[in-house]
Amino acid sequence: MNLHSILSILVFSPLLGIVVLAFLPKQSEKLIKWVGFLATIPALLIALAAYLHFQWGKDLADFAVSKSWIQFRGMGGAPEPFFSVNYELGLSGFQLLLVVLTAVVATLSAIAAVKFVKKEWKGYFMLFLLLEIGMLGVFTAENLILFFIFFEVTLIPTFFLIGKWGYFEKEKAAYSFLIYNGLGSAVLLIVIMILFAKTGTTNIEMLTKIIADPSAPLSGDLKLGLLIALLVAFGVKLPIFPLHSWMLKVHVQAPPAVVMIHSGILLKIGAYGLIRFGLGIFPEQFKTLATLLAVLGVINLLYGAFLAFIQTDFKMVLAYSSISHMGIVLIGLAAMNEAGVQGAIFQVISHGLISALLFFLVGVLYERTDTSLIENLGGMAKGMPIAAGFLLAGAMASLGLPGMSGFVSEFMAFLGLFKELPWIAAVGTIGIIMTAAYLLRAVLGMTYGKAHREFTGVLDLKGVEFVPVVVLFVLIVLIGVYPSVLSAPLQTTLETIMLGLGG
Amino acid sequence: MSLKTLSEFNWSVMTPEFIILGVIALLTLLDLFMPKRLDRRILGWLSIAGIFAAIVSVVSLLSVEPTSILHDTFTLDTFGKAFKLLLLAGAGLVMFLAVSYEAKDGMEDYRGEFYYLFLTALLGAMFMTSSSDLITLFIGLELLSISSYILAGIRKHNLKSNESAMKYVINGGISTAITLFGMSYVYGLSGTTNLGEIANTLSMVADGQQAYLLGLAFLMILVGLSFKLASAPFHMWAPDVYQGAPTPVTAFLSVVSKTAGFVIVIRILIAVFYNAAPSGEGGSILFRMHDYLAFLAAATMIIGNVVALKQTNIKRMFAYSSIAHAGYLLVALTTMSSNMIFSVWFYLLAYMLMNLGAFAVIQVITEKSGSTKIADFAGLYRRSPVLAVTMGILLVSLAGFPGTAGFIGKLNIFVGAFYGEPHYVLASIMIATTVVSYFYYFGVMTQMFFRPARDESKFNVPFGIIVVLIVAVVGSILFGIAPNIALDFLNNLQ
Repeated sequence: MNLHSILSILVFSPLLGIVVLAFLPKQSEKLIKWVGFLATIPALLIALAAYLHFQWGKDLADFAVSKSWIQFRGMGGAPEPFFSVNYELGLSGFQLLLVVLTAVVATLSAIAAVKFVKKEWKGYFMLFLLLEIGMLGVFTAENLILFFIFFEVTLIPTFFLIGKWGYFEKEKAAYSFLIYNGLGSAVLLIVIMILFAKTGTTNIEMLTKIIADPSAPLSGDLKLGLLIALLVAFGVKLPIFPLHSWMLKVHVQAPPAVVMIHSGILLKIGAYGLIRFGLGIFPEQFKTLATLLAVLGVINLLYGAFLAFIQTDFKMVLAYSSISHMGIVLIGLAAMNEAGVQGAIFQVISHGLISALLFFLVGVLYERTDTSLIENLGGMAKGMPIAAGFLLAGAMASLGLPGMSGFVSEFMAFLGLFKELPWIAAVGTIGIIMTAAYLLRAVLGMTYGKAHREFTGVLDLKGVEFVPVVVLFVLIVLIGVYPSVLSAPLQTTLETIMLGLGG
Repeated sequence: MSLKTLSEFNWSVMTPEFIILGVIALLTLLDLFMPKRLDRRILGWLSIAGIFAAIVSVVSLLSVEPTSILHDTFTLDTFGKAFKLLLLAGAGLVMFLAVSYEAKDGMEDYRGEFYYLFLTALLGAMFMTSSSDLITLFIGLELLSISSYILAGIRKHNLKSNESAMKYVINGGISTAITLFGMSYVYGLSGTTNLGEIANTLSMVADGQQAYLLGLAFLMILVGLSFKLASAPFHMWAPDVYQGAPTPVTAFLSVVSKTAGFVIVIRILIAVFYNAAPSGEGGSILFRMHDYLAFLAAATMIIGNVVALKQTNIKRMFAYSSIAHAGYLLVALTTMSSNMIFSVWFYLLAYMLMNLGAFAVIQVITEKSGSTKIADFAGLYRRSPVLAVTMGILLVSLAGFPGTAGFIGKLNIFVGAFYGEPHYVLASIMIATTVVSYFYYFGVMTQMFFRPARDESKFNVPFGIIVVLIVAVVGSILFGIAPNIALDFLNNLQ
């Protein structure tokens, strides 16, 4: 089979599901759920096959595809296109990992949706599959315009998924999502256009080369300005304090299956953008911002951790915990050395898995008890011992217990930063202690806390609900004990970044 | 002019105009002699057929070399062909809306006029695309304007419709006077009304005083024509007129009339001012006046998008939205990059599709509910999923999201703004106001998809509306995914 078309099939495979769903009657619930779930499978299989392809020592460049797509010409038949956008997809080790993460979480989220979504399944799954196309496209796009297009494609379905299937204040959350992210992508588009106007290309690889060339027509100040703009654009997505308020609303108001995607993948687009474009294209300028980034990272870490400590709603605890954990990504990046960057990327993957697991469990709890308040869930271990066990395990992974994925990433990120900026790193360690404190407070309050109600009639995890929980848990432990499943594909990516940083 | 010279002109280049003119004459006579009780809708279908024939004749003229007839007052060039197609397609779609429009409020007796007034307006617009003389340009403009004034007030017993026509006439009169005054300066300085000769004469102007007068003329013409574009400072008529006029007329004003406005602005800007008084400081008049143009573009985008936020009436909201889109198009004019005409044409194409589609949905909803409140869209998804999803796609295109023609149009303008001398401020305003526009476009989405319906009754969608919706949605998506179809077409024009 021709490898060049396989990425396009990967990205657009959910489209098949959308088309089939369009022709199904609205009421046939079972059929719609099956199609919605099965439509995520081809992407998953291809992503896993690509991972194996890499593990067998083959070259990821085999997958690259490039076709001309749009040419803007001047009037009067100028021979040279004025501006052209190519359809270019590709995979590097880093992208491969994110694609696999996306495919896995998307399939699991589809299972969650099958369990938790109570109305209008047809619309839900069509939007959900469109969202998956957007996410897969974001991580495989090889030029900035294409990246931007897929980035925007994720916005609309997410808006509807939050606004229609969310909880009480869903419309507000959906709006706040749309406007914050719209502004972020607006800033991104300006950066892309300036880069294009100055260099004549939007291809990421070519841009990296041109910018690195000292004779490039960009002054140092302009580059720094562009990098700061990128930091804002992706800072909204990550999110970086103080651009985070929209994300709290989304985490609390969106349906659990969407939050799995949102927290597991969409936030990671911010990290991906910072690493691939910020660090990748502007390594020199990134160095000058390193201290700022480290400070921002520590603020994120501490702010998230302290506020998570006082929340009464478990969803809010997890939302602040996400902010806190994204701080670690920034800390790792600010270190600008191999350990730090690797830690940051590990954290991206690891947090994607952990938060997907925790939010799935939130969905289970909410479905059974109609609440996510820690107080009301007190004593749930009695009625739901298995769910409580996994909840505790997820919390342990999140707080960085050795042997789980959270530990590896936090350890490496801090290792990196201690080398470069020991004082800031030392302050940051308070955050790690706080993480343990707030997670244990919340989880123990729920599992073994004072019971406010009987849990005897409540069902524990059952049937297909085990699939997401077990798959995510196994992956978390696998990364924890055998990190080279991640570090091997990352090797070349890291080398390239280090080369850009000058060794 | 003797009969001999008259017969020597290559009249075939005017075929599209003749076809429309012939159909107008035919319809007038038919309307006069047809018995009163017969349904006038047949006239609407006849005009659609006429427009279609005109499109075919433009297509058959595509390969003709640029030709001038009637002593250089009528020119068929690439620009004319490209925009004529756009105008005809837009008017054709509007006619489909018109045949589906329920006549009421005293319009029943004027049903026939309703159709052929659209055609006279279209004829005026078509003349503007091809005229290379200030006089013919102005006559085309007036033909378009006067027909539109009547159309706006055709619901004689409806107060809003009357108010709308009145405001339109008065504002239109003032703005036309200003335009004409500006043109008189140009005539005074060049001594001719022919655009080509004006360009030649004005390129030799070196005197500072004369250049100053030219600058004044430029501003007056631009300000006067901003009426047709519905851009600042002559945008205030739009909300009232859009609200009061029958929906097909509103659609016509927002698409065909606006396209014609851009046609005349581009003609005059390029032919008259592009190379006028080039020896002065800062280049020719057009480039010296650049900042004013940029200011108007920025003001139009900001006014349109910000005021649209507060609207509760769907037609008023679309009026402000159309002001905002005029602002984006002005950005393309301001940047004057080498793909300016290209991006204006493509944007107008995309805008025609998405806006006419949206108005088709608006027409269905407002006729059913009898009011034009945005709240009437509540629960549309439950009442008619197809209509709701269609409107959703069109709104997404209007907001400029990728995958739709609206995005490619904006990208095109955006690229132009950064090419050559970058316009950072203008581009930033454009993109910031685009984000603002998400609020009101998605406000309609919220009503359609999230809110419960007041009544669950279904819709009866007439055939004409279905045609418009299919063309609009297919076009919006097709040109969003494969814009090269349109771009290559324009590029290959002779």
